[in-house]
Amino acid sequence: MIDSVETLNKRVEALRRESLAATRILVSMGTCGIAAGAAPVLAELRRLLAERGLENTVEIVETGCIGQCYAEPSVEILNPESNSGITYGKVKVSEVSMIIDHLADVVPGLETVNKTWYYPEDEANADNRLQARIVLRNSGRIDPEKLEDYLKNRGYQALAKVLTGMSPAEVVKEITESGLRGRGGGGFPTGMKWSFAAAQPAGRKYIVCNADEGDPGAFMDRAVLEGDPHSVLEAMIIGGYAIGADTGIVYIRAEYPLAVKRLKIAIRQAEENGLLGKNIFGSGFNFKIELKYGAGAFVCGEETALIHSIEGKRGEPTFKPPFPAVSGLWGCPTVVNNVETYANVPAVIRRGAAWFRTIGTEKSPGTKVFALAGKVENVGLVEVPMGTALRDIIFNLGGGIRDGKQFKAVQTGGPSGGCLKADRLDTRIDYDTLTALGSMMGSGGMIVMDEDDCMVNIAKFFLEFTLDESCGKCTPCRIGNTRLHEMLDRICTGRATGDTINKLRNLAYAVKDTSLCGLGQTSPNPVLSTLANFEEEYEAHIRDKKCPAGVCTKLITYLINDNCVGCTLCARNCPVSCISGERKQKHVIDQDRCIKCGVCYQACKFHAIDRI
Amino acid sequence: MINLTINNMPVKVRKDSTILAAARKIGIKIPTLCHFELDCFSFEHRIGSCRICVVEVEGRRNLAPACCTPVAEGMVVKTNTLRAINARRTILDLILSDHPKDCLTCEKNGDCELQHLAGEMDLHHVLYEGKMSEYQLDLSCDAIVRDLDKCIMCRRCQSACNDVQTVGVLSGIGRGFRAVVGPADLMPLNESTCVFCGQCVIACPVGALTEQNCRYKVWRALNSGKHIIVQTAPAVRVAIGEAFGMRPGTVATGQLVAGLKLLGFDKVFDTDFAADLTIMEETTEFIERLTKNENLPILTSCCPGWVKFLEHQFPELLYMPSTAKSPQQMFGAIAKSYYAEKMGLKPEDVIVVSVMPCLSKKYEASREEFSPNGIRDVDIVISTRELANMFQEAGIQLNKLEPREYDHPLGESTGAAVIFGVTGGVIEAALRTAADWLSEKELKDVNFTAVRGSAGLKEATVKVAGIDVKVAVCSGLGNARRVLEKIRNGEARYHAIEIMACPGGCLNGGGQPYIHGDSSVLEKRAAAIYKADVDLPIRKSHENPYIKKLYAEFLGEPGSHLAHRLLHTSYKARGHLCEVKND
Amino acid sequence: MSCGDCPDGRKFDLIKEFPEKTKQLNDFIDALDIGPDRNRNRGFLIESLHEAQHIFGYLPRSVQQFVADKLHLYLSEVYGVISFYSYFTDRPVGKYKISVCTGTACFVRGANAVLEEFKRLLVLENGETTPDRKFSLASLRCVGACSLAPVVMVNDQVYGKVTAKMVADIINECK
Ligand SMILES: Cc1cc2nc3c(=O)[nH]c(=O)nc-3n(C[C@H](O)[C@H](O)[C@H](O)COP(=O)(O)O)c2cc1C
Ligand code: SF4
Ligand code: SF4
Ligand code: SF4
Ligand code: SF4
Ligand code: SF4
Ligand code: SF4
Ligand code: SF4
Ligand code: SF4
Ligand code: FES
Ligand code: FES
Ligand code: FES
Repeated sequence: MIDSVETLNKRVEALRRESLAATRILVSMGTCGIAAGAAPVLAELRRLLAERGLENTVEIVETGCIGQCYAEPSVEILNPESNSGITYGKVKVSEVSMIIDHLADVVPGLETVNKTWYYPEDEANADNRLQARIVLRNSGRIDPEKLEDYLKNRGYQALAKVLTGMSPAEVVKEITESGLRGRGGGGFPTGMKWSFAAAQPAGRKYIVCNADEGDPGAFMDRAVLEGDPHSVLEAMIIGGYAIGADTGIVYIRAEYPLAVKRLKIAIRQAEENGLLGKNIFGSGFNFKIELKYGAGAFVCGEETALIHSIEGKRGEPTFKPPFPAVSGLWGCPTVVNNVETYANVPAVIRRGAAWFRTIGTEKSPGTKVFALAGKVENVGLVEVPMGTALRDIIFNLGGGIRDGKQFKAVQTGGPSGGCLKADRLDTRIDYDTLTALGSMMGSGGMIVMDEDDCMVNIAKFFLEFTLDESCGKCTPCRIGNTRLHEMLDRICTGRATGDTINKLRNLAYAVKDTSLCGLGQTSPNPVLSTLANFEEEYEAHIRDKKCPAGVCTKLITYLINDNCVGCTLCARNCPVSCISGERKQKHVIDQDRCIKCGVCYQACKFHAIDRI
Repeated sequence: MINLTINNMPVKVRKDSTILAAARKIGIKIPTLCHFELDCFSFEHRIGSCRICVVEVEGRRNLAPACCTPVAEGMVVKTNTLRAINARRTILDLILSDHPKDCLTCEKNGDCELQHLAGEMDLHHVLYEGKMSEYQLDLSCDAIVRDLDKCIMCRRCQSACNDVQTVGVLSGIGRGFRAVVGPADLMPLNESTCVFCGQCVIACPVGALTEQNCRYKVWRALNSGKHIIVQTAPAVRVAIGEAFGMRPGTVATGQLVAGLKLLGFDKVFDTDFAADLTIMEETTEFIERLTKNENLPILTSCCPGWVKFLEHQFPELLYMPSTAKSPQQMFGAIAKSYYAEKMGLKPEDVIVVSVMPCLSKKYEASREEFSPNGIRDVDIVISTRELANMFQEAGIQLNKLEPREYDHPLGESTGAAVIFGVTGGVIEAALRTAADWLSEKELKDVNFTAVRGSAGLKEATVKVAGIDVKVAVCSGLGNARRVLEKIRNGEARYHAIEIMACPGGCLNGGGQPYIHGDSSVLEKRAAAIYKADVDLPIRKSHENPYIKKLYAEFLGEPGSHLAHRLLHTSYKARGHLCEVKND
Repeated sequence: MSCGDCPDGRKFDLIKEFPEKTKQLNDFIDALDIGPDRNRNRGFLIESLHEAQHIFGYLPRSVQQFVADKLHLYLSEVYGVISFYSYFTDRPVGKYKISVCTGTACFVRGANAVLEEFKRLLVLENGETTPDRKFSLASLRCVGACSLAPVVMVNDQVYGKVTAKMVADIINECK
């Protein structure tokens, strides 16, 4: 039971003394690590350590994500003394014994991964490393299922500080001064949101954590919940104290079973140790946290929809005002914040607003986690100070474009965002610069596209997503987006007429201007930004009936040219068997039956198939 | 008070006003579709979903929906900038792009808010074309037709059904382009717990919800050579004039009769006659239950919507309503027995048509207990709107007709009967008779004003012959639910309760001319009803000479064996109609 | 329109057919803090539906009605919610639930070709189940394993870096 600051400190002391292991082996067991095969690697590690009698000197820690998804399964050998270590990537079960053989030094021939980040709380010197980890400070370093691990890493210190030495108003002031902005997409100042709710008359209030992470291709909230759930709980308790709420609710999407499991464990641990419940730290402050599950609806990430969903209704947004901070869940003042926003809070409280402002930009202090995916080499999570250049993220941290292809564009902000071309690679990104360029920070999804991507098709893809996910309540989003999508579909299939671009643009603006909620107000962004950056590609589709990237199947034809030597490879691979020809004779494609899958095009070793 | 400017004109409005209300104050009508308001019941459906009302507000990034944007001090609103106009046209364009544009053959033709808007908004062609919603037409019930292809997702019906009526049949279904409003799984309405009150129909701005059209049946009957008679409900006479340009609140009884005669009915009778009869039977039952002090409170049973609601939702209270049939059904029963006999006709050769403010009456007439020997007591039910439409088709200009009198013997009625059309009227009529009967003298002041007014729940304790009779009057099923829950939980005690499914009573029934949210019309209709009451020479049911004659010649006493057979009914628990049956 | 209770064209009522399962659901809901206030009860609706779907595999009308009655809600409200959230289904699903991720990361790495191949080989449209109820095909949006894009899930098994060519093998593995 941790019922005072003294017991907390004693507990941490004891824990520090207890950890005797000379070596720690960290295995990243996030969703993505497990999917990549971390479980058998872990089992092999355990088996071998037991076999060799090393269980007491080597401690295995099952951590959450380290963010280097491309390198999963990953194993880190850490020397707790020097806090330095070696990380192996793409570890195979067969390689585990070698790793154990060489605990202290690098196994020759195995792939290792460099750490590109530093921890601003630990190291004053960034050492020219691009990443700064505040949100992910514990992810990949601690066992998320052990409260002890969190406590050893400054866990619940911020809460202790708040409950024993700060008034609610001081907490709100600290957060306000830090300039922390909501990481859920809008970038609304968190301190201001808290102050609205705090200013409401005392009574029932709620703190809600938005863990609905619906942007496809973004997974930072999942990483935090899987890797460091206590940090979110700690922040929610602090928030509850600041606004005068006694209940917190985490609204989490059902598609994240592992995050749910770890959150449940964390909540139980916090309750058992008196960090949740009555009279926390002897301060007289009570707080409880409940879990509520989503059920597959992106729009429930929108805060009013989220509240309706918690209330058991259809997740339809409602018009604001009233804002949730005034009238939210069950009509009570409610603060809704994103997972990543919360994960910042304990650090801000511990180190103070001024420290936080030393990282990032003037208007957007702190860091931002991006989920880097698409055509980059190093898919994964990166946490960079606000104001980092896109080029650094994509080419340094991301390792550039895969397969030596050409960078074409990067989509930030997911389906509500926009794309940026190569000429914007040097933009230092924060909330305001991205918005100024017609894109959005969004939740931090960053999808990189290369020369093989058709931007019209990409715009259509995003619109398809918003169409699927629109709640259907308001006219512009329900019907307007459908019409936009139909126009894009006509463009991609060569049925569009000359005035389509104009119609598209006008309707896109009208949908933005008149939609009820953020989903509809931003859903045309991918269309508008691809139009702004790649209008010639649209025109090629409309005027020439050609897809320059060779993606839109209705607009491409595969033809066998005279290079064909009749090797029959293509014919054997064609899934619909529509290629015919004698051995050593030129082959032909039956155009009527061809489904334009492109398999033959990739299979032919003689450049004998043209895609036109 | 808040000061703002709209189109450079200063306005001062109450703090909780919207831009829409502020604009209205200076004579600017901003188009609306999803917004629906009935101030007399303090009901507002403010969903902000259609977006046809967007205006420009200085300093805001997006256009603001006038219907749900609260005013703020110093706000600068422009309703007619090019940006706002174009946005509204685009919204209309989008709505029309997913709407069958068959106005000329639409039930709602001429009375459709979308059609009016399209007329006002200067849209000459639909720019954005594409796929359209397609749903199966629901013709399953006798009262309502649902054509969801025309639904514009304003959700006004949903609000009426769930929030006002608490019947809870309608919900948003699906999402995105496939979103629509309907019963669970889009089941046919007759499989649901719908009570056919038609409140959703009068809320619907377009032709997605309309009544089952029975006009052609009437035309056919009129030309069948059979003896065809018609009854008109109390609330019809105070509303039908609206369809002919008469001022709301005009009592058009005489013209109504004249018009019906011109249409070719053999006899034009009055449901009010049967309402007097209902009072005779119901009051008899009431006095019996009151004096024995058992099975109280007695609940009125003349509203079929309310009766069906009770059967579904409160099956344990089925002993409470009076067993007396509704006036419509009493009329039919008498017409096919006493009247047919008198006329020397076989019951099957008499066709009874009702003109009702109500859609539930269409369903009521089809209930099997009202078809003794397979012959329906009431053959065809049309709504006030349908009758107006028939007059129009026949070229009968109601406003130009000389008033005529109802025929005898089923056309004579009292003031007590006419007030059946307004909430509180049935109980007042019953009290007039009960007071006389209990005290065995003649009541002078027949106005029980305590039970009047449009409030959804009215309570009064009335001294009747020295007894404190506690009565309650509910209109709107949401109010009924609240009262019934209290009674079930033993939190409230009454002797008698009048319940009407429609807020305000039948004058706001689902078959009345559309008022499109102008609730002053309802107040005028109510005033007209009370005026009609005062204008009648006899104001107590039991003093109706033809009623006396009916009992003397045919029925005997109120509550007699024959009266029971013809004029009383029973109720059955219904639960969920959608229960799955094993084959 | 079928009520979803009749997977084989035969009408039957899941609630009556499976008393054990019904009891399990009943006990789950009874353990919640259900009171007379419909509005409050509604807050338990989504978790009750999660549980019901977990128990019965899908949510036909009889199950919906059961949940509605237990929580004192209208059937239409329950159906409105089920039809809103893509996680819930009122139709039975196949033994193998194949979900192709069509999130952005998977999309740009060729998820569509994978989905098309599944459609072609299983002769199914997105969201359908084979008549023998062996396979259901659906697309979903991001399981958070974007580094393995394109990702396919068969029940709980994750397949990463899937190509159209691997589709036949994945199907064959489901035996
Ligand atoms: C369509 C839509 C989807 C959203 N999805 C999410 C989400 O998945 N996670 C999230 O934290 N915020 C999401 N938001 C933003 C939330 O509405 C809300 O602004 C945010 O949770 C507030 O937290 P913050 O201030 O900490 O960013 C979404 C907004 C919209 C309009
Ligand atoms: S913009 Fe789209 S998601 Fe938002 S309320 Fe309108 S229809 Fe629903
Ligand atoms: S594109 Fe595909 S279908 Fe067409 S010929 Fe090549 S392999 Fe066959
Ligand atoms: S693979 Fe190329 S070379 Fe071989 S048969 Fe096909 S087209 Fe000709
Ligand atoms: S609903 Fe209105 S707009 Fe639509 S077809 Fe009918 S009359 Fe015309
Ligand atoms: S308004 Fe025009 S289209 Fe309509 S009936 Fe008259 S002439 Fe014909
Ligand atoms: S008729 Fe009445 S009960 Fe039936 S759906 Fe309409 S409002 Fe609901
Ligand atoms: S049926 Fe009518 S009232 Fe109901 S949502 Fe559709 S258009 Fe609106
Ligand atoms: S109140 Fe009147 S109009 Fe309404 S359902 Fe009842 S009888 Fe019909
Ligand atoms: S390794 Fe954890 S998100 Fe990929
Ligand atoms: S009337 Fe304002 S949004 Fe519909
Ligand atoms: S987009 Fe497919 S796993 Fe994220």
